[in-house]
Amino acid sequence: MSFAADSAVTELPLVRRTWFVRSLQLLVIASFVLAWELLGQAGILDKFFYSRPSLIVPRIAGWLGEGYHETSIYRDILITLTETVLGFVIGTLLGVAIGYAFARNRLLGQAFDPLLSMFNAIPRLVLAPVFILAFGIDLASKVALGVTLVFFIVFFATFTAVRDVDQTLVDNVRVLGARRRDVTFQVLLPAAFSAIVASLRTSAGFAFAGAVVAEYIGSNAGVGRRIANSEAFFDSTGVFGGIVVIATLALVLDGCLQVVEGGFSRWKPRRER
Amino acid sequence: MPALLIIPAVSDEDIAAAISLRGVAKVYRPPRKRPYLALEGIDLDIAVGRFVSVVGPSGCGKSTLLGLVSGLLSPTTGEVILNGTRVEDVRTDVGFIFQRDALLSWRTVRENVELPLRFRGRRDPALVHEWIGRVGLAAFGDNYPHELSGGMRKRAQLAQSLVADPAVLLMDEPFSALDVQTRNLMENELLNLWGAAKKTVLFITHDLEEAIALSDEIVVMTAGPGKIKARYAVDLPRPRNVTEIRFDPRFVELYERAWSDLRDEVERSYAQSLRAG
Repeated sequence: MSFAADSAVTELPLVRRTWFVRSLQLLVIASFVLAWELLGQAGILDKFFYSRPSLIVPRIAGWLGEGYHETSIYRDILITLTETVLGFVIGTLLGVAIGYAFARNRLLGQAFDPLLSMFNAIPRLVLAPVFILAFGIDLASKVALGVTLVFFIVFFATFTAVRDVDQTLVDNVRVLGARRRDVTFQVLLPAAFSAIVASLRTSAGFAFAGAVVAEYIGSNAGVGRRIANSEAFFDSTGVFGGIVVIATLALVLDGCLQVVEGGFSRWKPRRER
Repeated sequence: MPALLIIPAVSDEDIAAAISLRGVAKVYRPPRKRPYLALEGIDLDIAVGRFVSVVGPSGCGKSTLLGLVSGLLSPTTGEVILNGTRVEDVRTDVGFIFQRDALLSWRTVRENVELPLRFRGRRDPALVHEWIGRVGLAAFGDNYPHELSGGMRKRAQLAQSLVADPAVLLMDEPFSALDVQTRNLMENELLNLWGAAKKTVLFITHDLEEAIALSDEIVVMTAGPGKIKARYAVDLPRPRNVTEIRFDPRFVELYERAWSDLRDEVERSYAQSLRAG
């Protein structure tokens, strides 16, 4: 019996279908851009508010052609990404650590439950002005907003995943000689891992959104700042240019995490991946 | 060492007990529910190297018994002695085959079987390899559990539980989820492994046939709260083939005697569940 032969049989039609779906996806995107352009050309979409792809693309090309300097797009991207990564990493570490602790210690979880629910009920973006007042218009306030966004997503994912780990697995390794540390690192965290990894993609998106929104509200650099500047000059092409840059970055970020996620799920049955 | 007890149903004398339960009772106190008595007045000695099965209706506390012996649970009253020392905490000198799948699904068969050695800070690829082969999984060491059949996963668990060479093997309805053919196959293989290693086995099942076919002795439990109702020595010759031994007249006779005990308890258990539901 060979598993390799098995998967080869099921894979072929899958590949063919993906190729077909991919073409459809490209077609949908192309139609959307084309419709936007044509409606703009025809004057149905006001250029003042909605700009046009044929204006936006050269603008972005112009930004990219400027080369690196203090106010260039490269620096903006670098700053926004730095804020995103910091918010993401700090928020994730806090979320995993506290989610794990609360799942393992019932009293702790119960004691903090109302407070956490309260904070979770606050739409986090309204905290942006608070953080900007408290931490200033530099990096720290953006990171803080990202952390509050990421934390709750990762916290809840970790908490439920660790709490719901099959007790049989824990009992089994304990009888096999696992110490407390082994139970944590061999069973609880790996069992919770897929839930955590799945939450990472969502939370990376939120860290990014947090950084951009906080930049937009008050900052001296970053892609969010660039959009705010363009808006101040009623430059919709600049606003959309910034949005396209942000969307592209978000896609790249998500793609990277997808690769990471795939690398960790070799042990899973195919349909669960 | 615990005092030696001579069990009426068992003829071997002067054999030290591998497992002793003395006046053991277990009360469960689930949050926001009424506490209930799962086991009561359990006195049981199992001699070294014997294969003992416990049969009883569902909900009679059979599995609780294994929890107490392994130290995963602690008795409400009484004491449990395993391999000569009192059970105070989780014991790692037993192998425990759970009813449910207990392999780590993110580790290969080899890595799973290796776990008990890793936990002890040992590395012994040869021994791991040998055990994987002994349970017939030599070609599947690098496969993940989801790529194996239910019977193969049970084999992997057997290898995992035995690789660190525990003196006692606890088995909680290990084959109940398997189809009948696979199950008989696994039962025969278990007997072969046991015949070679002579471990003490405490085997939980609700299947009287399985209990008689495998064991030196069977213990019939009452419906909850679980008490010991009767014990029978199984004096069938070994080595046995579990599929064929069922036709032995002595098997049939023993089955009838034990079933008359068990039937009453199954009926009581059913009546209890109707009242509760």
